[in-house]
Amino acid sequence: MANEVQYIFNRQNLNKSEPQKYREEDLRKEEMVINIGPQHPSTHGVLRLEVIASGEEVVEVVPHLGYLHRCFEKHAENLPFNQTLPFVDRMDYLAAMNSEHAFAMGVERMMGIEDKIPKRVEYIRVVVAELNRLASHFVALGSYGMDIGAVTAFFWMVRDREHILRLLEWASGARMLYNYIWVGGLFYDLPVGFEERCKEFVAYLKPKLKEFEQVVMENKIFVDRTANVGVLPLDLAINYGITGPMLRGSGLKYDLRRADGYSVYPELDFEVPVGKGEVGQPGDCWDRTWVRVRECYESIRIIEQSLERLTGDLKRTRDFDPREMVPKKIRPKAQDLYVRAENPKGETGFFFRADGRSDIPFRCKARGASFTNLSIINELAKGSLIADLIAIFGSIDIVLGEVDR
Amino acid sequence: MEFAALTDHIKAKLGEDFLEGIDEQCSPKAIVVRPENLPELMDFLHADHQCYFDSLSCITGLDNGVEKGTMEVIYQLYSIPYNHHLTVKVSLGRAEPVIDSVTSVWKAADWHEREAFDLLGIHFNNHPDLRRILLPADWEGHPLRKDYQHQEYYRGIKVEY
Repeated sequence: MANEVQYIFNRQNLNKSEPQKYREEDLRKEEMVINIGPQHPSTHGVLRLEVIASGEEVVEVVPHLGYLHRCFEKHAENLPFNQTLPFVDRMDYLAAMNSEHAFAMGVERMMGIEDKIPKRVEYIRVVVAELNRLASHFVALGSYGMDIGAVTAFFWMVRDREHILRLLEWASGARMLYNYIWVGGLFYDLPVGFEERCKEFVAYLKPKLKEFEQVVMENKIFVDRTANVGVLPLDLAINYGITGPMLRGSGLKYDLRRADGYSVYPELDFEVPVGKGEVGQPGDCWDRTWVRVRECYESIRIIEQSLERLTGDLKRTRDFDPREMVPKKIRPKAQDLYVRAENPKGETGFFFRADGRSDIPFRCKARGASFTNLSIINELAKGSLIADLIAIFGSIDIVLGEVDR
Repeated sequence: MEFAALTDHIKAKLGEDFLEGIDEQCSPKAIVVRPENLPELMDFLHADHQCYFDSLSCITGLDNGVEKGTMEVIYQLYSIPYNHHLTVKVSLGRAEPVIDSVTSVWKAADWHEREAFDLLGIHFNNHPDLRRILLPADWEGHPLRKDYQHQEYYRGIKVEY
């Protein structure tokens, strides 16, 4: 196979495999097709946007997905629940802990052991998930700045994200794809000294966030590029199934950590920030970004409170076993279940059908937040300028691993 | 609204035998409906002031295999103001799985239905833009069907890894 030519280019192939929705003869005289992606930094991965443009104005955007499709759902139908967990990591690879948490919670609910998980395990899950939420928001904020020309912010955010990745690497052994939260428990207890280091880090982080706000959010160029751009009305957002910071940016106080109150979130004190249109209209790109920044502060609060518990009444003990409740055999009763959780990007859901006879799900469907959020791009970008299309696209904050699964 | 109250409400408004059945094993609890009744039911669930399911979270397509000969489409509904959940299940014949689209009610259905069409070959009537979404347009077959056999070569590239 070494020197064999694997693919012979043929112009016809382009039309067959991934055809444009519009052909040249369908367009009006002043319109043209511009392809953005799949290899373009501002598409945040491998996504192709077929843009019908009339001069500088966007007439329609047709996203073409699937460049990163790895048949997650087909894999899940062939693997036991616990072996599917690493695949879940690879969906939203910027926030693997959060997806793991949702998946593990769903399987635990099917097994009926959800209430038996030790408190310390749940608090550790919350700490790592919120750390990962911070890391995911940092990428979102940093690369959004990069998209519209603020390079400094990207470096600062990646610098601070590195601390989080090192902390999580210390706990789990991996930088991004952790397989740390298991069905029924954790891979391992936190390493000795983690809580203290994490506290130091959180104290270090707060002024850095303030710095970010000053250099980006209050920056006149940034405000000019994002305020009143891509305004998403609330009713449209709900109809499109938009969730997460995008929906909150449009002014609805809706967070699944509060609405569903899963895990130990009801015991924790945090706010749900919403967009108010401080520099433009509610639901514009600036508001969505601002909600992400505020959420970082709230995540810090959650981490601080959880660490307080983890070093206080839920302190590590010699006989604490995070795998105590991990089932030997994961074979839930025959049932259907839909579970959802608040990921950094919105509602991540899993639909399971267990047949009661095997350890393998009969069907496992993943509802990616990015997938649903991306579907609104045409509605938002229609009629705007091509430069604004990039600003709008960046403010949606997608991860292609979750869009294409 | 509790599930029992909700089903009573639907029966009172749409007729006693409108629902094919209920499934309390499912979480969130589910109502089962015949495919021909789906558009009317979804319109009702979305517009009625006591139901007000304003958000469609997820659409799952599902193949029960050749022996059973059925496919299912499962809708996850949620009402943000009332904070209540509902699952709606529809069973289709496997030979010709056709169902009406709900994109006119929730725009969120657009891509989820395209995905079910792509991976399971379920056809949605009145869908504005029913194309494959994840796989290339000239891919053969629908991978999430239980009897799916992948093609040996795709454009001269071996599919088996």
